[in-house]
Amino acid sequence: MSYLAFFTKHSNEILKALLTHMEIVLISVGIGVVIAVPVGILLSRHKGAASYVLAFAGVIQTIPGLVLLGIMLILMGIGKPPAIAALSLYAILPILRNTYTGILEVDAHCIEAARGIGMSQKQILFQVELPLAMPAIIGGLRLSTVYIISWATLAGMIGAGGLGDMIWTGLSTYESKYILAGAIPSAILALLANALIGFIQRAITPKGLRLGR
Amino acid sequence: MADLFFLTIEHMVLVLIAIVISTAFGILLGIISYWTPYLDKIILWTVDSLQTIPSLALLSILMIFFGLGNVTLIVGLILYSLLPIVRNTYIGLTGVSPHLKDAAKGMGMSKLQRMFKVELPLSFPLIFSGIKIATVTALSIAVIGVLIGSGGLGYPIYRGIQTMNFSAIIKGTIPVVIMAVIFDFFMSKIEQKLVARGK
Amino acid sequence: MIQFRNVSKRYGKKTILDNLTLDIKAGEFVILIGPSGCGKTTTLKTINRLIEPDSGEIIIDGKDITKVDPVKLRRTIGYVIQQIGLFPNMTVEQNIAVVPKLLNYSKEEIDAIVHRLLELVNMPYEENAKKYPSELSGGQQQRIGVLRALAASPPIVLMDEPFGALDPVTRDSLQEEVKKIQKKLGKTIVFVTHDMDEAIRLADTIVFMNDGKVLQVASPEEMLQNPADPIIKSFLGKHMNHENNAANLVASDFMRAKVLTVPKTKKTLECIELMSRRDVSSLIVVEEDDTYLGTVSVDKIRAQGKAGKEIKELVTVESMTVTRNSNAQEAFELLIASPTGYVVVLNDDNTVAGLITKTSMAKAMGEALWGEMTQ
Repeated sequence: MSYLAFFTKHSNEILKALLTHMEIVLISVGIGVVIAVPVGILLSRHKGAASYVLAFAGVIQTIPGLVLLGIMLILMGIGKPPAIAALSLYAILPILRNTYTGILEVDAHCIEAARGIGMSQKQILFQVELPLAMPAIIGGLRLSTVYIISWATLAGMIGAGGLGDMIWTGLSTYESKYILAGAIPSAILALLANALIGFIQRAITPKGLRLGR
Repeated sequence: MADLFFLTIEHMVLVLIAIVISTAFGILLGIISYWTPYLDKIILWTVDSLQTIPSLALLSILMIFFGLGNVTLIVGLILYSLLPIVRNTYIGLTGVSPHLKDAAKGMGMSKLQRMFKVELPLSFPLIFSGIKIATVTALSIAVIGVLIGSGGLGYPIYRGIQTMNFSAIIKGTIPVVIMAVIFDFFMSKIEQKLVARGK
Repeated sequence: MIQFRNVSKRYGKKTILDNLTLDIKAGEFVILIGPSGCGKTTTLKTINRLIEPDSGEIIIDGKDITKVDPVKLRRTIGYVIQQIGLFPNMTVEQNIAVVPKLLNYSKEEIDAIVHRLLELVNMPYEENAKKYPSELSGGQQQRIGVLRALAASPPIVLMDEPFGALDPVTRDSLQEEVKKIQKKLGKTIVFVTHDMDEAIRLADTIVFMNDGKVLQVASPEEMLQNPADPIIKSFLGKHMNHENNAANLVASDFMRAKVLTVPKTKKTLECIELMSRRDVSSLIVVEEDDTYLGTVSVDKIRAQGKAGKEIKELVTVESMTVTRNSNAQEAFELLIASPTGYVVVLNDDNTVAGLITKTSMAKAMGEALWGEMTQ
């Protein structure tokens, strides 16, 4: 059977795997954002704690994806939840670090001026700090998403489904058609996500920051 | 235990081979990008895309060409490590002060002499930082090598997952994490020294 | 009316404000001056509660400010800092509108305010409102910084060395504008500086501080005549005992001493950038040993300059020069005749001493006629 015929025949299967893959990625990155952004903001208020938290998160990041997936498999069993739990942990660090540094890099004089003209803490956060840190935060989101699309291919191994399943089948049967049926869509997904978020990052950068500098 | 020691060494050797080759290619590609105005975007986009491809996808595609075993893993790690090295070389070279470049020109240095006597040495701290990032990342990715039949610490971890043996997983993981932390720590120290010396 | 009653502030062992008592009258332009570390900036920042004193009280119009919510308090007090601190993500218009928006003004009101204020500093709305801070020169940015502070018509405006980072020409014109605005709108301005020129030029009342204490509160005139302390005397320096009369004035009395010079090896593009950053239209070019070579104008670089070339190729040597001890009348005649609108003043060793422009000449002549310019 030619590669093309194989892809046509299994197109439903591939599409389903792709959708499952995207589902796992979106949920994991979503959880990552919901945790990382508020924690990043909090850390920017408590710089003393920040170095410890970031160092700890950095160590988590060096744990290979395979390991965390394995641990979650033992703790939570087979399926999507353990995969999502493991991947969410990975999604946190890049967003956390970028939120934190993004906020810290906002010009201190802007903050002083904001305070001096009577903005409340909340207003300073939402009108000055977050808009100015947004490009950095989206940059972190971009890193996270690309990572998670990659690590999610391993989630097939613990029965979460997705494109990893295809690769997995191909690797264990030494069948290159299955490998490509999983590897190529996952690669395209990662490249597209990277390009798309990069585009959003540029679009969301406040115009005043894109000029000059 | 002896097994684990052997696997740790193997893991490290696989990564180091890949990093050495990747560094050579990476710096070369960085220099080419710097010298040829139109190629720079293409080269940087390509290495960026290579790293974006999911690691398991890249490794399994490579396996189709290189078969099961260490060679596939090393090729995969080389491709993966290119981005930080190429990018940092390029940024480093373009960042060298134009005054220094002019001065070197004024002293009658050729393009190659300028590269090796002035531009590369001045960019080295940044290039080294790229190598550090590549090394730490590669240590972690190499674990997946077990799935395409190569050696290293992926094997005990994978065995542990298959047998649902928690302590086996941890035993395989600890050396990986320790290696990553140690490499990161010492290479960061060297990096700081390099930067300080450059000032 | 702002009243300080026994206000003290310490950081660790260091006393910053030492039992400070001071009255600032409504509608006055009050300048806090003194050597660095004297507590002038701390004093300023206690007024809008960016810094809270350890003891004592500060009363604005009869109300103890610790009883007022700091955020609400600050919205009734304008604030301008040296580093400007415009929000780079907002346009000029949005920056000016920040406080009115915080106070829930209507859109029409805000619109009217922005138009009116931009007009006040001669920056037409159509040209400037939609620009971002990074598109403005330093002087224009600080104009917007001042407007942002004025937008909600606060009766009090605090200014922390607002013009310290600007080049002399821009500073002169901003000083003039702020003084005019203060008179016109009847604001109470509390202004920190370490520049006695600025203080004498702007202040109704100068408050001289040292070591967290007030040494003297007086009008510029009074302080010049009777400085209460040797430190003040040394600060007043050249302003003391002016007995100039037209006959013995020399060129250096008329010049602005701080001028922008560049070495002749500077590249054309760098020069253009420098000029636009400092808001000037020409530069004085010097040799490697700092001796005077000539001048170059931005138009000439634009017309004839090539990127990457050194500026020396474009230098005009024909600009008018005088030595610092030349007779003032000679300098005056040269200035009137000068096609560039300025005369370069040189030291005896041929280095650049300063620049005589029509503004500096008019200022010096005014001073010679009527004494120090306090208005």
